[in-house]
Amino acid sequence: MTAMLDIKDLRAYYGQVQALHGLEFHLSEGSMTTLLGANGAGKTTTLRAICNMVRSTGTIAFEGKSLSGKSTENIVRLGIAHVPQGRGTFTTMTVEENLQLGAISRSDKASIVSDIERMYDHFPVLKQRHTQQAGTLSGGEQQMLAVARALMLRPRLMLLDEPSFGLAPLIVRDLFKILGKINRDDKVTILVVEQNAQLALELADTAYVIETGRIVMSGSAKDIANNEDVRKSYLGY
Amino acid sequence: MELFTNQVLAGIATGAIYACMALAVVMIYQAIDHLNFAQGEMAMFSTFMAWQMMQWGVPYWAAFVITLVLSFVGGIVIERLLFKPLAKAPILTNVAGFIALFAIVNSVAGLIWDFTIKQFPTPFGSAPFLGSQLISTHQAGMIGVTLLLLALLFFFFRFTRIGLAMRAAATLPESARLVGINTSWMIALGWGMAAAIGSIAGMLIAPVVFLEPNMMGGVLIYGFAAAVLGGLSSPLGAVIGGFLVGIFENLVGTYIPGAGNELKLPIALALIVIVLVVKPSGLFGHTVIKRV
Ligand SMILES: Nc1ncnc2c1ncn2[C@@H]1O[C@H](COP(=O)(O)OP(=O)(O)OP(=O)(O)O)[C@@H](O)[C@H]1O
Ligand SMILES: [Mg+2]
Repeated sequence: MTAMLDIKDLRAYYGQVQALHGLEFHLSEGSMTTLLGANGAGKTTTLRAICNMVRSTGTIAFEGKSLSGKSTENIVRLGIAHVPQGRGTFTTMTVEENLQLGAISRSDKASIVSDIERMYDHFPVLKQRHTQQAGTLSGGEQQMLAVARALMLRPRLMLLDEPSFGLAPLIVRDLFKILGKINRDDKVTILVVEQNAQLALELADTAYVIETGRIVMSGSAKDIANNEDVRKSYLGY
Repeated sequence: MELFTNQVLAGIATGAIYACMALAVVMIYQAIDHLNFAQGEMAMFSTFMAWQMMQWGVPYWAAFVITLVLSFVGGIVIERLLFKPLAKAPILTNVAGFIALFAIVNSVAGLIWDFTIKQFPTPFGSAPFLGSQLISTHQAGMIGVTLLLLALLFFFFRFTRIGLAMRAAATLPESARLVGINTSWMIALGWGMAAAIGSIAGMLIAPVVFLEPNMMGGVLIYGFAAAVLGGLSSPLGAVIGGFLVGIFENLVGTYIPGAGNELKLPIALALIVIVLVVKPSGLFGHTVIKRV
């Protein structure tokens, strides 16, 4: 079986600065994978490279097809939703408009309406605030909105950049529960970048550890969580 | 008091011109964050196209609609050919592009149609409106068209998916791309719409100022003043700004001794500066609500 996402020899550059040095990894279909690493390791850059938001070389294949040379919007339209670091909320628009924007590349109007209702079931607080300007939501609510907006694409693959950032532990648990449910029930393959390694390893089935632009460790999430050396040297807990 | 009311009414009538132009200015500003200095010249060129068609015997409204469509396409073509390559260039390069466009459009129009002034017809007639000597049917028609345009734009941006996509692309291009919006085409679409709106402004202004290649010079500056006053991000603000500038211009001309016609333009410029200093977001520019 070919991997859903297959990345080989990925190198990424910010001007002259090289941020990724030949990254290799793959995601199998239906998996929930976490990419862990310290600040500045290159996690965000990896996600940005997948969506062609940073100059990169190497091969990235999605469902067997190369993504190279494709624009960000066309990559997204293939079914890759990306919740960026900082959430990317359209703060001047209403909650509902944000959800509609998530589905802007779809043409099935009727199911867009029912999908918005589904998001309100997942995140009831968004329903209460659906006419409110998104910029006035709390950090946690905005994170939920960002996840919901990404789901409105009906993605095959979802990339999340530190969804737990700035959230209270209880809310993070809720959010991760929902991600698990989406992964299982909707068969969305998920790649989640996290600083909160402990929680991410509980949630994910596969894990990669990245350090200064290279994968230094990979394996099942359980093995990595149980390996004290790895935890101490790379994950800091 | 009667004089005052009259001048306000007359101001609203001239203000409709500025409002129309300001709408076009705001459209482009929303899309690319720059003021298009060539906007007036583009509108003038569109108006000449309409005039030419009428010379060839095309009826007014047919010429009007064809001009609208040609201008829309023309705006997109200009963006694709001239400004898309400049998208990542510094501001000054873009400004140079606008000035080049200004000069090119102006001289091409002069070359084709020469610089003698021409009559341009009005579809509304020029009788007194409802028996009032202050405002003609043409001016009333112009106010009506401006308000209709505003309503259409409001509807477009609020209730259509493409309008939503354009707003998203204008406010947060990166996030817009991440939901699959082709932001580059949204910019082109903004140019097309601005060119079409500008052509309407040109065709409505031409019966008042006469048609010639330099007809839009002063009007565009007032349009800028109106757009800045309204807060460059809001079509409603642009229209209200346009009416306010018109009223202001008339009142100054009437009540400030010696202001007359010569000082009207400096006053518009002063207005731009004052707004930028006192309230840079304008009267209706949205102040983004931010949480701390
Ligand atoms: N816009 C940029 N210009 C120059 N260098 C950059 C830029 N963005 C990131 N970098 C560099 O690339 C490297 C990887 O950054 P990246 O943002 O991918 O790290 P990260 O793993 O996501 O870190 P964090 O956990 O802090 O978000 C860092 O050394 C960073 O300084
Ligand atoms: Mg990061």
